Amino acid sequence: MLTDSVGRSDSLTFVQGFRDCVPTLFGYISVGIAFGIVGTASHLSILEITLLSASVYAGAAQFAICALLLAGSPLSAIVFSAFIINLRNFLLSAALAPHFTKESFLHNIGVGILMTDESFGVAATKLKQFGSLSAHWMHGLNLTAYLFWNLSCIVGAVSGQWISDPEAWGLDFALPAMFLGLLFLQLEHVPTAKWKLYATLMLCMIAAMLGLSLLFSTHIAVILATVIVASVGVVLDK
Amino acid sequence: MSMNSTVLTVIALSALVTVIPRILPFILVRNLRLPDAVMKWLSFVPVCILTALVIENMLIQEESSLTIDWPVLLILLPTAIIAYKFRSLSMTVVTGVLLMAIYRNIL
Repeated sequence: MLTDSVGRSDSLTFVQGFRDCVPTLFGYISVGIAFGIVGTASHLSILEITLLSASVYAGAAQFAICALLLAGSPLSAIVFSAFIINLRNFLLSAALAPHFTKESFLHNIGVGILMTDESFGVAATKLKQFGSLSAHWMHGLNLTAYLFWNLSCIVGAVSGQWISDPEAWGLDFALPAMFLGLLFLQLEHVPTAKWKLYATLMLCMIAAMLGLSLLFSTHIAVILATVIVASVGVVLDK
Repeated sequence: MSMNSTVLTVIALSALVTVIPRILPFILVRNLRLPDAVMKWLSFVPVCILTALVIENMLIQEESSLTIDWPVLLILLPTAIIAYKFRSLSMTVVTGVLLMAIYRNIL
């Protein structure tokens, strides 16, 4: 990999995947630390926090699990919530999976198992720039994120003994800021001819999110709004 | 270090229901060639879902009410300018977190 003669910034190697993950690390670290603190405040042990972040590996769901455990919710309700919150991953994986069909089955499972909103955002941007993706690049991206997420959760869990309010540090805001940043990176690659289409779709998304959130949980609204508005996109795009 | 068996069961089952939607598309799509319309549909997913996630973070949903999280909306505006100007994720996130910390501690 290091002897790669192709311009390294343009390659899809494991190392390049690691490099492409770096800009997202502050987000993982902020939210991970915030999660660790919240986990400790929810009376979870450091070991439980570590297991949760290593095996569930999903920010929003982990926060919800803590809150529901603290509230004494039944097991079925907690697991169902985790399922609903993470169901959007199906859409993320579905959008990327067609670009990995030439890779082995195990590589595909490996890519899917560590899918996050952020790694999806980075991969979708890379896809627009580069036209293709590779499993090795994706593993570099995913494993870096996974490592930093878990370390940050543990750091947060330990520091939770001294800090009780991660919101005072603005750490929770890392998530919307990251999504906004990823959205801008996506929009950068929209061809001029399609600006109007994308502006329309984003306005539809705002309307759909507001409307659907009145009827369903916002996690469901995210999925329904995306499914509906992406379909509108197919109809409007000629 | 302690492990509660209920917590352990919650973690194990939550991990299972999380991993299924993550890997299922990779298994399903392997032996299919998706029609162009589906590929086009999938190409709209990134912008749509990222817009949805930004908006989701601006909403506060309680039992029977839906309100806008004004501080988040307020801080997202300068954050958007930074995101647009610098096209840098780390810059966007660091600025956003700092602005929110300042807002919550000073204002």
